[in-house]
Amino acid sequence: MSSLHTEIESLTILPGTTRDGKMEGFDEIIIRPGDTFSIVGPTGSGKTAFINDIEVFAQGDTVTNRRILINGREPDEALVRDPSKKPIAMITQNTKCLADLVVSEFLEMHIRSRKLKGQGIMEKTISVANEFTGEKILPHMRMSALSGGQTRSLFIADAIIISNTPIILLDEVENAGIFKDRVIEVLREEKKAIIFVTHDPYVALLTGTRIVMGNGAVTKILTPGRKEEETLAEIARMDAKITHLRERIRAGDLLSGLEGVEA
Amino acid sequence: MNVKLIAIAGPPSAGKTAVVKQIIRNLPDPKKAAYLKIDVVQAWEDEEIAAEFGIPTKKVYSGDMCPDHMGIMVIRDAMEWAEKNGADYLLYESAGLCLRCTPYTKNSLGLCVISAVSGTHAPLKMAPMIALADVAVVTKIDLVSQAEKEVFRERIKEVAPGIDIIETNAVQGTGMRYLTKVIADMPPAPSEKDMLRGVPPLGVCTICIGKKEIGWQEHFGVIRQIDAPDSIYRGD
Repeated sequence: MSSLHTEIESLTILPGTTRDGKMEGFDEIIIRPGDTFSIVGPTGSGKTAFINDIEVFAQGDTVTNRRILINGREPDEALVRDPSKKPIAMITQNTKCLADLVVSEFLEMHIRSRKLKGQGIMEKTISVANEFTGEKILPHMRMSALSGGQTRSLFIADAIIISNTPIILLDEVENAGIFKDRVIEVLREEKKAIIFVTHDPYVALLTGTRIVMGNGAVTKILTPGRKEEETLAEIARMDAKITHLRERIRAGDLLSGLEGVEA
Repeated sequence: MNVKLIAIAGPPSAGKTAVVKQIIRNLPDPKKAAYLKIDVVQAWEDEEIAAEFGIPTKKVYSGDMCPDHMGIMVIRDAMEWAEKNGADYLLYESAGLCLRCTPYTKNSLGLCVISAVSGTHAPLKMAPMIALADVAVVTKIDLVSQAEKEVFRERIKEVAPGIDIIETNAVQGTGMRYLTKVIADMPPAPSEKDMLRGVPPLGVCTICIGKKEIGWQEHFGVIRQIDAPDSIYRGD
């Protein structure tokens, strides 16, 4: 599988304005291959608008007035408009697929639009998706009949295997009941630049940089380094417990006490 | 003549008027636009647009006549009307009913507005409307995933391999900068005299003149039975 993407050395976010029309309080945010970011903040604070700006390569033409540069300059038109050259894949919170096609047709069509050659790409995408979801996705299922979690899993696998972009944007990966640990693991193996919009403490602390949003704008940029290491380890243990409990509830167990939960 | 004619077609609720508003907003001088809406019985886009931009607008109701037929009748007069009003652009919005019709003329910029949520087969169903357009403007792009976007795009390319595709959330105006550029680069129509790009469907029939009985047995002229050997289609 060859990638047609332009060599991406950096993606730069230039400040826009707050909802009151004031300038955002940062000079620039630079994203490089392998970087991980989380975007946090209350609902309505502008998290989704932030990653939308990146996805459409805003040039002051969105509500936020932000601008996005690739390798330090305004991106070429082809990079923005031709999906087979676009270096970004976004997984939205939307878990409905409107395409009236079966899974294999849908993926084959996407493989064609990305001009990929090679055997087994469709099968590999489905098998990666099935690592993220409880109930298996089969090639002959209709896209519109998949559950929210299955759709989300398939779109993430599609972004990794078919779009194969250097930058991936994920809006609330923790939703829809998929195995977020597996998703993060696979993304790390692939050395992608990843930007998570998240409300999940575990996902937020796993990333290198945390961007805090409020009133439609960036209010803080945190790079905790090793300062949060112990907290992260503690959260990881708590998260593993909750995951274990969730799986037992899903399996139909009665939970009297937390026996067997200690991770 | 110094008027650029922009013909906007597309099914109902695709977002044609939202696209029209974004086009006007992004013109070097929005006051230089004029707008014509053709519809069947109800339309208020002309009033909305006149109130928002203070430009000359007009609407024509086709009533019992096919709205594209009506459009073809009046567009030449409309070009003269736009020029008389000092407009540099005439935006002409079709009713968006019969997807077989293509209101684009040779000297116009033909825009086909399609919504990204209209289903993967939609571009195939509106094939003539897309095939003869210069630009497909895909609206409501914020409502679908990236993979769906790309699959939808592939479907449009199947119908019209060379078409320019512009994806937009027309309410917000994302992506419209590319359409603005296409409009800036297009030449004005040399004259109000112009030709349609495609062959319109057969329009004179017993149903058009008011015969309500169903079944080919009740009609004459162009008729067909359910198992007729080929389709009645003489388009491009």
